[in-house]
Amino acid sequence: MSTETTHDDHHGPARGLSRWVFTTNHKDIGTLYLLFSLLMFIVGGAMAMVIRAELFQPGLQFVEPQFFNSMTTMHALIMIFGAVMPGFVGLANWLVPMMIGAPDMALPRMNNWSFWILPFAFTMLLSTLFMDGGAPAGGWTMYPPLVMQTGNAFPFLIFSVHLMGISSIMGAINIVVTIVNMRAPGMTLMKMPLFVWTWLITAYLLIAVMPVLAGSVTMLLTDRYFGTSFFDAAGGGDPVMFQHIFWFFGHPEVYIMILPAFGIVSQIIPTFARKRLFGYSSMVYATSSIAFLSFIVWAHHMFTVGMPLTGELFFMYATMMIAVPTGVKVFNWVSTMWKGSMTFETPMLFAVGFVVMFTIGGFSGLMLAITPVDFQYHDTYFVVAHFHYVLVTGAVFSLMAAAYYWMPKWTGNMYDEKLGKLHFWLSTIFVNVLFFPQHFLGLAGMPRRIPDYSTQFTEFNQISSIGGFAFGLTQLLFVYIVYKTIKGGEKATDRVWEGAEGLEWTLSSPPPYHSFTTAPEVK
Amino acid sequence: MSGREVDLQAANRRTIRRLLWVVAGMFGFVFALVPLYDVFCDITGLNGKTADGPAEAVMVEPDLSRTVTVEFVASVNENMPWDFRPTRVRMQVHPGKMYRTSFVARNRTGQTMVGQAIPSVTPGLAATHFRKTECFCFTEQKFEPGEERDMPLLFMVDPALPEEIEEVTLAYTFFDKNKLLN
Amino acid sequence: MLVTRLKRLLTASGGAALLLGAPGALAEYGLNLPRGVTPISQEAYDMHMLIFWVCVGIAVLVFGVMFYSIVSHRKSKGAVAAQFHESTTVEILWTIVPFLILVGMAVPATKALVSMEDTSNSDLSIKVTGYQWKWGYEYIDDDISFISSLATPHDQIYNENPKGEHYLLEVDNPLVVPVNKKVRLLVTASDVIHSWWVPQLGMKKDAIPGFINSMWIRVEKEGVYRGQCAELCGKDHGFMPIVVVAKNEADYAQWVAEQKSAASADAAAAEREWSMDELMARGEKVYATSCAACHQANGEGIPGAFPALKGSAIATGPVDKHIDVILNGRSGTAMAAFGAQLSDIDIAAVATYERNAWGNDTGDLVQPSAVKAAR
Repeated sequence: MSTETTHDDHHGPARGLSRWVFTTNHKDIGTLYLLFSLLMFIVGGAMAMVIRAELFQPGLQFVEPQFFNSMTTMHALIMIFGAVMPGFVGLANWLVPMMIGAPDMALPRMNNWSFWILPFAFTMLLSTLFMDGGAPAGGWTMYPPLVMQTGNAFPFLIFSVHLMGISSIMGAINIVVTIVNMRAPGMTLMKMPLFVWTWLITAYLLIAVMPVLAGSVTMLLTDRYFGTSFFDAAGGGDPVMFQHIFWFFGHPEVYIMILPAFGIVSQIIPTFARKRLFGYSSMVYATSSIAFLSFIVWAHHMFTVGMPLTGELFFMYATMMIAVPTGVKVFNWVSTMWKGSMTFETPMLFAVGFVVMFTIGGFSGLMLAITPVDFQYHDTYFVVAHFHYVLVTGAVFSLMAAAYYWMPKWTGNMYDEKLGKLHFWLSTIFVNVLFFPQHFLGLAGMPRRIPDYSTQFTEFNQISSIGGFAFGLTQLLFVYIVYKTIKGGEKATDRVWEGAEGLEWTLSSPPPYHSFTTAPEVK
Repeated sequence: MSGREVDLQAANRRTIRRLLWVVAGMFGFVFALVPLYDVFCDITGLNGKTADGPAEAVMVEPDLSRTVTVEFVASVNENMPWDFRPTRVRMQVHPGKMYRTSFVARNRTGQTMVGQAIPSVTPGLAATHFRKTECFCFTEQKFEPGEERDMPLLFMVDPALPEEIEEVTLAYTFFDKNKLLN
Repeated sequence: MLVTRLKRLLTASGGAALLLGAPGALAEYGLNLPRGVTPISQEAYDMHMLIFWVCVGIAVLVFGVMFYSIVSHRKSKGAVAAQFHESTTVEILWTIVPFLILVGMAVPATKALVSMEDTSNSDLSIKVTGYQWKWGYEYIDDDISFISSLATPHDQIYNENPKGEHYLLEVDNPLVVPVNKKVRLLVTASDVIHSWWVPQLGMKKDAIPGFINSMWIRVEKEGVYRGQCAELCGKDHGFMPIVVVAKNEADYAQWVAEQKSAASADAAAAEREWSMDELMARGEKVYATSCAACHQANGEGIPGAFPALKGSAIATGPVDKHIDVILNGRSGTAMAAFGAQLSDIDIAAVATYERNAWGNDTGDLVQPSAVKAAR
């Protein structure tokens, strides 16, 4: 174990490939997670390009409907489980030990495992593209009975989801154990940086709901191969029950993808406003209440299945309630900026972009909560626009912000500020060109998950597709910026940013292989 | 190893053990949800399923002042080559009074087939107030090649049916049991 | 710097500005929810606009404060950071005020929802069944039932011909309803989950196999209203539109009468002998709407998913077996039983077509009477 003896501390990393395969170091594993996440972001993005290319014009041009459905399904699975979640886990690996003054993660060997499961899971998932009957095409939500029509890919889909679940659970256990047991003396819970707080809550959510996902897909598996009928009406089962179970997992999952983003933004805004975060404790309470509420709102994803009135009312009220703690967060961020002394380096730009555009996604979320209108919005492009605002300009923008913010610390080199700003502005412009028109498409009546549409939707789809291609290309610039920063550049100071506060900034840039070998004293 | 590190390892193990219990518990919880869901539906009528066994024939005072319209709808699921229809599509009933109607099914194929009818009621809240003392949906139905059969349904609408419900639809869908067994 | 600031403002308020800019043009450009033609759709529309403006109001306020701060509280302007970092009063205030706003919105939403869910006292019940990939309608009182499939020809979808005005939103047999009557739709499905949705009618309901759902519509204006399946249901999810024609009472009664006489005319026509040309012409149409989605227009199917009919053992083998497969489907495969969906004539025609198209050239002529006998 890395904490055992002092002479261990002089050991650098092993050389060559084995450094990465056998590593138990939180920074190496964090790097692996982040690079994996970037790779999956590009793979999933390429699928989005196929979708946008097909939707550029009415009629079928490039792909057949079945393959189109595979693209939407795989795009979602890869972006959620391959890009966003590993991205946040990578950040947690890099930052949690440094932020709480620990030498490493609590369970380094399990850490290695939880990462290396992922490449296998996604190789398995991607291999279904070449199978008889094609890749899964029933949507990432895997609703039966449709998902039962998946060809040979079916068991591969289920097992890859199982593997992703196991990886996430192990990662989450590791994070909880680290935060609970490895904090430096004096680092009380209410002194922890918000990123650590949000991750602690996220990790609990993961531990609570990933087994639910695993259980529900296991039932799908036994329904298909072992004659059970959990979801088969003919045998007394109920396909709607799958939706209830799935969204009982699925809604907390949505917050798993956004709470760490709240944490990141809460680190970045005070740094560049040169002012302490406004309402630290209310931020913690708001995060906890969002996490709690996430368990009682699941059925708002399924208002149209035919619930009794009382059920619809309950889920509508509970969902609307989420706006309160989310609002508190936004107000806190704005108040942090208020009367600050702000500068706008790339991380701050992305953070501000996050606040604005995530809030737009929040507004459309509030609209979707209103059940009588949700009957109109449900399963249209309005929903697509909503969750892309929340997940792309929300979760992904926060990942970008985090990358720019901590990259100088990780690599010891400053990124190219000019290119970073260019990346931000191009991303922001094109992401809006991409997703804003989708609100109009949905309201005007375009359902989601269709490969072809009637001619009245042509203009907005073309605008959206152009935005999509441009946004996609812009991300290659990000890949280049990351590459350039790793290769070299202006040396970063230890503190990097003038207003940066927190233990990670007291370490050298790049930090030593084992973060804090003697625990720092926190006052 | 210093004392602090030994303590730390013990603490880590304790935390891991607790978290693993949560994981196991939640995994078990999913499977426990299946019967819980049925109970929940029985109570709330969430998915409009009626009881899957005969109701006890209770004597209640019929409420002749109130009339409820009951509609009957019949469907067959995919690949089920049967004809299936209600003999009457609509009845005016008084809550608390027992009524009889029937459905007719015919096996169009040249093979013996087994079907299972699945009931569903809308509005869902009415499901628990639909008392069936005899129904072809309680058991699997075996049909010889070309057989046509009239299947009775004895039912009563419970007087406890909420006042605002004036119209109830009872639908049956026949599923092919052979296919399920294959 | 001014440019970047402007850009930011644009991205933030882009949506609101677009909507604010041209309220009259909303409908024309398909920017907004349609107001629709039923009480439900109008209620939904009013709720939608209410909450939209509430959101715009909050956005202007919050983003206004934020952008003011971004412009004035910058280091480059010599701003010095203040020290405050909490205020219980303010924090309580901005928890309670949004809560009250939400309560204010929940009240009308609840009212709207209650009226939407009230399906009692209807004038007419129609059963709606979702199939992969078409809709079936059954007027349960009038003994009228038919299948409604996409009418857009294959060549338009594959860009070989210009697209028509109602591309992908046209069907062979639309659902016909009387205006100003409360029509109760009983929604179910035969295979996977579908969802029935016409935006102008304001409601969407999932069609779930084995379950029955209900919704109601009262169309207040004569016209043709178009919608689509709204729940992913497989390959041709995007190709199963819904068309509703609302007629006045007299026209509706006439339509019902026509349907009934057409049914008896069909029954009479099924008795006579049909010629090869008649059967082939009709069979081609039936094939295009009911079979081509899987077996493809060229009869070659999709390898690994749907078998070819061109040169197949079924389509060139014994006639009885062929009719049986069409009537009763094939257990354990995607081949559905068409017995309930297609008439004797249609099945005879499509069987004849399949036995003689694409070089199958068996020369077999399948008469409707043979199908009737096989039922």
